[in-house]
Order: sequence, then structure tokens, then C-alpha cells
Amino acid sequence: MSLFVAWPLLSALRYAFFSFKGVAPDAFVGLANFRDVLTSEPYASWTWRALWHNVIVFTSLMVVQNGLAYLIAFALLKGLPGHRVHQVIVFLPVVLSAVIVGFLWKLFLHPMFGMVNAALALVGLPGRPWLGDEATALGSLIFTNAWHWVGFPALIFLAGMQRIQKETLEAARIDGANDRVLLTRIIWPLVAPATTIIFTLTFIGSFNWFELPYVMTGLNGSPGGATDVLGLYFYRTAFGNTTSGLQDFGRGSALAVLMFLFIATTCAVALRYLRRREIQL
Amino acid sequence: MLKRIGRRMLAATIAAGVLFAPALAQAGEVTFWTWRQEDRAAYAELFAEFMKANPGITVKFESFAVEQYATVLSTALAAGKGGDVIHTRAYGGLEQFAKAGYLLALDNANVPELANLGDDAKASLTLRADGKVYSYAFASQTLGLYVNNEVFKRAGVTPPTTWAELIAVSKTLKDKGVVPLANGMATAWMAEVFTSVFTNPLVGPEFSADLLSGKATFSDARYVGALTKLLELRDYMPPGFTGIDYPTAQQLFLSGRAAMFAGGSFEIANFRKQNPKLDMTFIAPPAPQVGAPRLVSKFFDGGYAVNAKSSNQADALKLVRWMGTKQFGDRFSALLGNISPIKGVTIADPMLAEVAKLNETSAPYITAVYFRYDSPTGSELLQAGIQKMMAGSMTPAEVGASMTQGITRYFKPFQK
Repeated sequence: MSLFVAWPLLSALRYAFFSFKGVAPDAFVGLANFRDVLTSEPYASWTWRALWHNVIVFTSLMVVQNGLAYLIAFALLKGLPGHRVHQVIVFLPVVLSAVIVGFLWKLFLHPMFGMVNAALALVGLPGRPWLGDEATALGSLIFTNAWHWVGFPALIFLAGMQRIQKETLEAARIDGANDRVLLTRIIWPLVAPATTIIFTLTFIGSFNWFELPYVMTGLNGSPGGATDVLGLYFYRTAFGNTTSGLQDFGRGSALAVLMFLFIATTCAVALRYLRRREIQL
Repeated sequence: MLKRIGRRMLAATIAAGVLFAPALAQAGEVTFWTWRQEDRAAYAELFAEFMKANPGITVKFESFAVEQYATVLSTALAAGKGGDVIHTRAYGGLEQFAKAGYLLALDNANVPELANLGDDAKASLTLRADGKVYSYAFASQTLGLYVNNEVFKRAGVTPPTTWAELIAVSKTLKDKGVVPLANGMATAWMAEVFTSVFTNPLVGPEFSADLLSGKATFSDARYVGALTKLLELRDYMPPGFTGIDYPTAQQLFLSGRAAMFAGGSFEIANFRKQNPKLDMTFIAPPAPQVGAPRLVSKFFDGGYAVNAKSSNQADALKLVRWMGTKQFGDRFSALLGNISPIKGVTIADPMLAEVAKLNETSAPYITAVYFRYDSPTGSELLQAGIQKMMAGSMTPAEVGASMTQGITRYFKPFQK
């Protein structure tokens, strides 16, 4: 098993230090591939742009998707009428594959035949090419991702909330705590382990983001790189885009190594902080 | 314990190798690797003819998803596997495999049928470093303008021959509630095709030679001027064209909601299949003014190569030689609706014959023919730039400058 895990990682690491003669490794070039993707134009601009988009995706998902999930979990916890049905409904999109969700929302957001523009037209608002406009393309993808995944953090938060002793919540209520106080002062610290899991999964998911942008806006991160993220950029560089690019395993491997180091380091640091936070709270 | 683990791992590795390694052909069997899954039936027919003429050789058709083909192929070739005869791309797409030493060089001794190809076809499949041909060209493609005759007739307009006519015709069509031009910008490679269709006549026949000699770059006034003209077309493209992808554009044209479609001759067979009743013509794009040449953009799709590690090279070469004959070219064009580059081929289909005639006034599809050999490719740079330019977030001069800057990394004539 270790062989299957370690071998690809090690070969990517090795290829990152080689130049390529076509698709075959050629000469050892030291850190040249890393220098290219980090400092040499146009690769550097593409790398930093993709990384910046990943940061936006992660931040937005943490706030919008996971924030909403927290509120949904609380609503479900309260056991309002119909909460069981809603629990299933919220979780339902999670079981769909990203490819299906991507195609579905690509259709909904279609500038001429899409449901979203049709709905806007009904209320007299102008439609727009959501995925073809640099200002809205990334936001549309983030929204789709949130629609797809919101049930998952909601379920984790709900499980975390259900572990809180009823007496604790009742005591807070008796002391006059309203929903806002409960959510921010009582429940939030007590679901810290759930937050750690959600943060970690969202971070890894956001920085490895690939399927949804690939299906909805293509390998180039259209329009004009507005939805380009590290996953697409790495794939395009290493394996080539049949309609425009070449296979460049050297620079592609360098990107893969950098992505791995970035994700692993940030996760390790964040986990250390979050674990300490769990204990403190 | 360690010994046992080692033995188990060895056994697992061997099992995986046996299970997953795409075996090279057995004696008398030639495997043909391709990304053209949709051409399976046509190739079955073609190969049946070959097998009839060459008893003792069987050809096995193996296809892979187009998006993964290059990856699957490079992995297999690196491991000494892969098909005996391999469908390859042209230009840079071929060079990366030839450069690595994975393909057999073809010459007049092992494939005398190379004499049946024109110089441009051979050049498209030549490794520039050693000047040798590594693949036998299978089709040329032409980029131009599709016209829906019925829609034009209904609107009372005729196909445009100059840029001014294109704008006038588009205006009339739009006034009559028809989308003049089906194309959108969401599919990057189609945005590049769209650019070449309209800019090639505008930049003129000498532009590509000037680029190659370094006399001009993409910042040249001719190129920037041509890109600027493209902006005029935005009013005649579908609403929200920046979000209109390739399949939508095709459907708009096929359904008659749009009157024109800028695309390649590779669409003909597909368009006919999807709407057999469609009355369409493939025309050359409009000239900048009356009397100027209406240049279509021409390029070669790819070729048939022989795996350098094939254990059945003699039979593989036999197949490639057969695919270089007029007999094959005639059948290929008839069955697949593509123009075979083999000299003297008879093209029976009237529309395809018309395309072949248009090729007499052609210019290279510049970014694909000359600038897909090194990274960043001209296509990558143009695709990103043109999407931004048509959306209004980049100027034509900035697109030209970004292409020049990216290509200057490796293209010596620009480094002067």
C-alpha cells in the first residue's frame, strides 16, 4: 500500500527537478522548474492568480457554505416541524457527483436558456452570462459548490450540537440566552472539534478544487483564466490541454510538489492551532 | 516477515503489470491507438479492406477518451507499450512524442508513399530538430464560415464576401430576429478558431511569413487592427455570448436560430448527422475589401505513426503504407467526411470538394501551425487573451503584446 502512495509522490518530486525532452525526462535542472512557476512570466502570473482564486474559494466557502451550514444545523437541532424531511433535503445534493452538479448548474446558469436568467426576467431583472463574465464566473462556481456541499458540514455541525448536553442548553435558556447568544457563546465553543474537521476538509477541498471548475468552465479556467485554480493549472501544465498546450511534466510536477507542501504545511499548522483551541474552549 | 512482504509486493506488482499493461500486438496483429472513438465504424470498414488485401494481419482498433489520450499515450510509450500504429496530433503535439524517441522515423525507404504527400503535410509531422517525418498525415482541416442557406433566403440576404457586407448582412439578420453569428466565447479553443477565421483575411497573406522571419510580431498593426475589427462582431453574436459554449453555438446554427457559424471543415459530418435536412454552405471568410483574397485557415489534424518499440513493426509499416495510398484516401474522405491530404484523392462529396477548392486560397492557422511547439503556446496565450478582449477587459493591443511576450521566451525571431 505504501508503495502505491509513496511511489507517485516520489516520482512527482523527482520529475520536478528534470527538464523534459518532449514527454521523456531529460536532464537534471535543479530548481529551474520551481523558479519558472514562481517567478518567470507568464507562469508566475498564472500560478499566483490560481493560488489567489483558491484563497477566495476557501474563504468564501468557510463563510458562506459553512456559515450557512452552522445555521441550518441549529435549525435542525431545534427540531422544528418537518426537520427530518429537511435534514434529508439538505443532505441530498451531497450524494450527487460533482460532474452531475456541474452540468446541472451549467444549464441553470446558461445565458440564453438557463433557469436563473428566466427567473430574473420574471421579476423584470436583466440576466447575464454568469459563467462567461469575469466578474461572476468564480462566484457562480463557489455558489454551486456551496449548494452541493452545504449538507455535509451541516450534518457534522448537527452531530457536534447533538453531543452537547441538553442541560447546558436549557440552563443557558433559563439564564435568558436567546438564539444568537446560544449560537455564538454556548454552542460555538462546544462544537470546536466539528469546526476543526470542517476547516480541514474545506481547506483541502478548496485547494484541490478541480471537478466543478473543469466541468463548468473548462480546463482553461474560462473566461480568460477568471476561474483558473491550482488544480486546473497543474493538470493543464502536466498533462497538456489537447486544444492548446503541451505536456510539461517538469513544471507540472513542480506545481504538484508546491501544492502538496502548501496544503500539508498549512494543514499541520492550522490543525495544531485548532486542536489547542478545542482544549482551551 | 520482511521477506514475505517483499514476495507479496513482487507478486502484486507482477499481477498489476499483467492486468494493466496494454500488451503490444501478437504476431500478425497490429493494434491501432486513437482518440477518435466516434470513427470506430468507419475504421472497421477501412481495416477490413486492408485485412482482405493482407491476409495474416489483423488490425485491432483501440480508442481512448480524447481528453486523456495524450496522457495515456505518453504513459504507455514511456513503459515501452502502446499501439503498434498510433494516431498522433500534428505540430507540437507530435513533436513531444517524436522528440522523446518513441516513434519510428518514416522515410522514402520504409514508407515510399510519403511521396504522395505535399510539403506542408509532411512539415506538419516533422521533428524540426532532425528534419525527419514521424507520422503520415491523415487529414487537412479548413477554417471558414458556415452559412444556413434557408435562413439567409428567408431574410433576403446573400452570403457576405467583404467585411462591410458581413456587417450589413448581420444587421439585416438581427433586425429580422435572427442571431447573425452563432459563436460564443466560453469554449476557449473555439474562441481561437473564431479568431483565426476572421483575422486571417484581415492580416493578409504575407503576415505569417513576416512573423516567422521576425519582421513582425503579434503587436504588429495588422494583427492588432484585425483583432480590433473582431470587436465589431460582438453586436451580432448571441446574447450573453461570453457565456455561450461550443455545443450551444452548434445547436443555434443547426436549429436555424443563428445564420452563420465560424468553424472548421471537421464539423461537416457532425452537422449532417445532427440535422440531415440542413441546407448549409461552407464559405471563405469575408475579405477586408473587394478584390482582396478571402483566406481560409488551413492546418493538418495529425497522422499515423509507428511505435518505435513495436514488436510487429513490419506489419505496422504495412498498415501505414496502405494508409498512404490513394485507395485509402478516397475511402477515408468518403467515409469520414474529411479531406485526405494524399495527392490525387477523389473527393466525391460536393461540399467537401468545395472546401478542397477553398484550400487553394489559404493561409496557415497561425497559432496551431507555428506556435504550438513550445510552452507557453501561442494558442494558450491567444485563447485567454481573446476571451478577455471580447468581454472588454483587455484591449487588442494588450492581447497582441501578451502573445508576443509569451512567445518571445522561446521564439528566436522575436528576440531580436
